[in-house]
Amino acid sequence: MRTTTPTQDLVRGIWKENPVLVQLLGLCPALAVTNTVANSLAMGIATFFVLVGSSLLVSMFKKVIPHEVRISAYILIIATFVTIADLVLAAVVPLIHKELGAFIALIVVNCMILGRQEAFASKRPIGRSMLDAVGTGTGFMIAMLMMGTFREVLGNGSILGISLFGDGFEPWVIFILPPGGFLTLGFILLVFGWWQERKSESIRVRQWPHGVATPSREEAA
Amino acid sequence: MKELPQVADDPRAEPEPGGGPPGGPPQPPERPPTSSARLITTLATAGALAGLVIVLVFGWANPRIQAYRAMVLREAIQEVLHSPESVQTWYVVDGALSETPAAGADTITAEKVHLGMDGDGQPIGYAITGQEPGFQDFILVIFGYDPDAGRVLAMKVLESKETPGLGDKIYKDSAFVAGFEQAASPLEGVKIGAGTGSENEVDMITGATISSRTVIGIINHRIEALEPVLSSADPTASAASATGASGAPKPGESGS
Repeated sequence: MRTTTPTQDLVRGIWKENPVLVQLLGLCPALAVTNTVANSLAMGIATFFVLVGSSLLVSMFKKVIPHEVRISAYILIIATFVTIADLVLAAVVPLIHKELGAFIALIVVNCMILGRQEAFASKRPIGRSMLDAVGTGTGFMIAMLMMGTFREVLGNGSILGISLFGDGFEPWVIFILPPGGFLTLGFILLVFGWWQERKSESIRVRQWPHGVATPSREEAA
Repeated sequence: MKELPQVADDPRAEPEPGGGPPGGPPQPPERPPTSSARLITTLATAGALAGLVIVLVFGWANPRIQAYRAMVLREAIQEVLHSPESVQTWYVVDGALSETPAAGADTITAEKVHLGMDGDGQPIGYAITGQEPGFQDFILVIFGYDPDAGRVLAMKVLESKETPGLGDKIYKDSAFVAGFEQAASPLEGVKIGAGTGSENEVDMITGATISSRTVIGIINHRIEALEPVLSSADPTASAASATGASGAPKPGESGS
């Protein structure tokens, strides 16, 4: 088992292994409900709640859940949290609940959540699982907000419904329509990939002199 | 390489990351199969607990959800009947208005209309809901209708998932919404500028033809269906005996 420090568990999911931008998980809500910042935020919070709650329970009961039915048990736990989130949103913020529609219920099948249970929470102590869930949930929320901001600013000329550009701005409507989700995700992944490429390139360049000085050392390719 | 076939043969054995190659950390011990009774008990217990939690949360959330729906409907009735003094709910039973729903029908799903009265107890008109499929999903509309004058008083979209930026103009475009005020039944949708000035005409939205046509269609169909019921009813006579409408429930036609 790879050993990690608690800080690594927390930080990893936020940026370096961001569920949406790096692992490409949870794309269905990321494409479907990021047309406004408010929707992205509500979806991010709901997913965060489900992920943290499920990780806590799965980690607590990992010894009790028989190996053969673990996936069913995880789904049961996740579905319970999703139903709670669905009801609470409907009761507290009915307008946003109406906008998100079926996508709240579809959090159940978000691979990101089930993936964290199977890969992490079912094998690690409760504390570490919490850190991992908080990190991954935050990373998901960051990705959702990036997409939501980009799409609402271009597609509606506003942030959280507050108009930014005045009457002279003609909204780029396609960005709040479904194709805009794909375009936005594409652009963000492009920039993200280019940035990572550049970073690894610069690391290689910096290491090069050492590589020359000690040829026996394994090249960090 | 002895471990490798062993791993492949046993689907339950999970190699830990990095635990595969010889010399790495040891494989996890083989799990004995769990008895079926234990599997069933575990899942049944978990399911029962999950059900219990959901019931508790539902008990807390449902009154709030219903209150919100009732509030939305009440506000909508106020809006489409231009702020009536009082509102009565009438159920449509066998082609006639009735104070109580038909036997066996529940108050939420039964077909009904809301009659608004002004300060003198005179009827203003009926608030009627209706829904039909639009461009994306069902559009739920409520509108005020005065059967004596044969005119629509106002229209409001309660639920729609029409395309943002285009179809959602059926409730965001104030000119389109205002076009229904005092329009004569049956409504006729026309392109902007193409109208002849007839009182039946409602300007449709450029780029949202299907959505606007659906809204107009819902109103026409509902008036057509309810006209005989409403014109035969004498609301002023029965108004005295009516108990008045308290707590408007959810519009009956919406199945969601």
